[in-house]
Order: sequence, then C-alpha cells, then structure tokens
Amino acid sequence: MRLYLAVAAGGFRRYATYGTATAAGVFTNTVFGFIVAYTYIALWDERPGLGGYDQAQALTFVWVSQSLLAAGALIGGGFQETFQERVRTGDIAVDLYRPADLQMWWLAADLGRAAFQLVGRGVVPLVAGALAFQLALPADPVRWLLFLVSVVLGLVVSFALRYLLGLAAFWLMDGAGINLMAQVVTIFFSGVLLPLTVFPGGFGELVRVLPWAAMLQVPMDVLLGKHSGAGSAAGALGFQAGWACVLLGAGRLLQSAATRKVVVQGG
Amino acid sequence: MEVPRRGRVREGLRGYGLIVGMWIRSTMTYRTSFFLAVFGNAAIQLLDFVAIWIMFQHVDALGGFSLPEIALLYGSCSASLGLADLLLGNTDRIGLRVRDGSLDTMLVRPVPLLAQVAADRFALRRLGRITQGLVVLGWAVSVLPVDWSAGKVLLVPVMIVAGAAIFGAVMVAGAAFQFVAGDAAEVQNSFTYGGNQMLQYPPTIFAKDLLRGVVFVVPLAFVNWLPALYILGRPDPLGLPGWVAFLSPLVAFTVFLPASLAWRAGVRSYRSTGS
Repeated sequence: MRLYLAVAAGGFRRYATYGTATAAGVFTNTVFGFIVAYTYIALWDERPGLGGYDQAQALTFVWVSQSLLAAGALIGGGFQETFQERVRTGDIAVDLYRPADLQMWWLAADLGRAAFQLVGRGVVPLVAGALAFQLALPADPVRWLLFLVSVVLGLVVSFALRYLLGLAAFWLMDGAGINLMAQVVTIFFSGVLLPLTVFPGGFGELVRVLPWAAMLQVPMDVLLGKHSGAGSAAGALGFQAGWACVLLGAGRLLQSAATRKVVVQGG
Repeated sequence: MEVPRRGRVREGLRGYGLIVGMWIRSTMTYRTSFFLAVFGNAAIQLLDFVAIWIMFQHVDALGGFSLPEIALLYGSCSASLGLADLLLGNTDRIGLRVRDGSLDTMLVRPVPLLAQVAADRFALRRLGRITQGLVVLGWAVSVLPVDWSAGKVLLVPVMIVAGAAIFGAVMVAGAAFQFVAGDAAEVQNSFTYGGNQMLQYPPTIFAKDLLRGVVFVVPLAFVNWLPALYILGRPDPLGLPGWVAFLSPLVAFTVFLPASLAWRAGVRSYRSTGS
C-alpha cells in the first residue's frame, strides 16, 4: 500500500511541474465552459426542464464537466500513451520486473495524475462559472462527499478502460488509431457533448447503462441530487463500482495474456 | 547570408513539402492504424454533429436557426479548421520542442523554422475532419431554401479558404506566444478549437460583447458567421452592413501581418534551454 501511495504521489508531482501547461489548460476549460454554457442557455430557454434539469442544473453540468475533463482524461491524455510507448520500446519489461502489480502500479500513477488535475484544472473553471452564471451547486456537505466518492469511482472506471487500450499495444504496436477511436466513444458516451439524459428513447436508455456513463453522467447526477435518498445513491455508486470491477477484471485477464506474449518474444 | 525574400518563400515551401512527404511515408508504415485514424478523426466530428442533431430532437430552432442553417455554420467552420489544422496544426507542438530542446536542431537546418514547425509530424488523418465538414456543408447547401445568386455561390468556397487562413494566422500567433509562455498549446487550442465550437452555433445565442470580440479583436466571425449570415439572408446581430460578408479574404490577409510579426519576435526572443 505504501508503495502505491508513493507511486501516486509521484504521478501527482510529475504533473504539478507542468505549471504553464496547467494554466493554459485552465484557460481552455474556462473558454469552452463559456461557449457551451451559452449553447445550453439557448437550448434550455427553448425547452425548459430538458433531460430532467432546469437551466441552473444544466449550467452546473457544463461547468463541473469542464472541471472533471482533464482528471478523467475524458477528452484524451492520461497514461495509456506512455504505456503503449513503453510496450513499443520494450521498456515495459522493466515495469514487469518490479515487485509490484503492473495494473495497480499504473492505477496508482494515474490516480495521482488525476488528483493533481482535479485540483489544478478543476477549481478555477468552476469558480469562474459560478461567478458568471447562476449554478445549482448543493449546500449539503453529504452530497459533496458522495460526489467525491462518485468522482473517484469514475476515475477508476476511466483508468480501467484505458488500461485495456494500453495493453492493446502488445498486439497493435501503434496505438494512435485505437486511442483516437476510444476518445471518440468516450466523448460521446460519457456526456461530455450533451448530458446522457437528453439522449432520446431506447438509445438514451442504452447509453445510460454503458461504462462511459460512470465517468461523468453519474457523478454529475449525484452532485445535482438526482440520486437523493440512500438507496438511490447506493445504486448509482454501485453501478460505477460494478463497472470498475468488471473492467479491472478484464484488464487482468488481458494483462496475463499480454505478459505471456512478452516472454514468448523474449522481452 | 541574406536570401532574397522570394527565394526564402520558395525555400520554405520546398522544405515544407519534403518534411510533409517524409511524415506521410512514415504514417503509411502502419496503414491499418492510419485508416482507423482518418475514420476516427471524421467520427469525432460526426458525433459532434450528432449531438446537435439530438438537440434538434427536442427543439425546432436554436437561437432562431433551423438545423440546416446550423449545418451550414457547422460544415463551413469544420472544413476551414480542418484545412488549417492539416497545413499548420502542428505548430502547437513548438512548446514541447522548446521544453525538450529539440528546437535547437531545427534552428540549424537550412529550412525556415516556420516551415519546419508547421510540417512537424504532419498528420494526414486530418483529412477526416475536412471530409466530414464538407459532407455536412453539402447537405446544408442542398436542403437550404436559399435564393442562390452568383455572389452567394462564390462566397461558399471563399469562406472556407479564407476561414482556414484566419485559423492559420491564429495558430501562428499562438505558436509565437509559446516562445514566451512555454508549453501553452492549450491557449492556442482554445482560440482555434474553441472558436470552431462557437462558430458552429448561431451568433444570436452569444452575448454581444463576445460577438464584438470575435469581429474586432480576434476576427473569427469572418471565418463563417458573417459570410453565412449573408448567404442565409439574415441580419447580423451587431448591425454591420451586408458587404462585410465579402471581407473575409482581406481580413485573412490582414491578420497574417501581426501573426508573422509576433512569430519573428518570438523566434528572436528564443533562448535555448541548453538541454
């Protein structure tokens, strides 16, 4: 455990050194927040209550999303590119020799990165949004706590999916294509483009049970009080935890297949 | 050694072509990955448009604009940005190169730095965005009840090329900014990708001050808003006269002036990290 904490701290520190890049990212998230906020105002003016949100809740969705994008690696970034590069160059052999679990090691590093980006890139856009627009942020500390738990579970689901991408490099060699495809799917099915509650009909029901919903839609709904009541909150967090277990499990299976492949190739 | 101005431009283009050719050959080594990337590139954009389409499952108009009208805005700025991104998009990598010191290697090569930076890791997959933009634009043009005059027909290609040039100037200015600010690619992205995001929606939904900003400060409104409003026969929310729709090429030409000055100042101020 101490080891993984140290790895996570390393991930945090590594991203903390990119001061200018972080400031630039904050600027970008804020600019996008404003643009998307205006489009949502137009949309919710036309259709009040769309997707079960009033306008203040829709705007909260916009700004909290902007704060979570970098942490959840929802629009790209994250560890998988580094991982794939290490597979390509063979450096992954070093990772395999370590007296640590490969998946846990990278999970710790990615959570460290996410923790930094949650603070470094999350706070300022949300404050900017709260100053410029009427948001529906809850006053209840319990709900904030549940939101935080939900965010962490969302980060684990995001990691678990990207770990599968990382491992794909053992077979594909070049990960650029598959990363891009995964990015497309994540942006659309997590709720970055539009809250998943706005997606119509059976298609909407489908996208709300896919793992990507666990990354953004569920934490947002927890924050907005869509899961008030202990049972409903437990259901939401359980949905996320379920996907986290399934995907981490799939990662372990694929990992053992991948590492066998390394031995066959001789590293 | 002072090469005549004409010669330098030709040298630059030649160098650009050579580097681009090299990257295309290298991309084609992993052919499957390349086709996936082109497809993915178009798909990212397509889903973007699907999101707008989903909005229109709930409403008939956004900011008073119908879906085909928004498709005209969407398709034209997407094609413009795609074109600029293909030709100049990788200038945003300059911050990385300043940080890791590899810019020094570029400075000693006998090819103008801007040509090298623009061609750096040339990504042919960006054809995906251009194609997708043109498809949406084609759909919009075919279904819009526009009374096409010669001027309006001419305005469509002019808007795309001039729009690409305006985005290109922003990219060069952003790259110049990174000499001062270090790794700040995202600032550049918020003007290009952020501008694109804004220009896909009708100007009527944004605050007036924001509109003034993109007309008079960073003239992104000339990428597609002003020409498209003219094509649609709609009044401009700022009350500008109709002929401004035809100014895009002039604006594109004008904004390259401060952008290239900024670039030169940036290059002159460059101090190697020595690593």
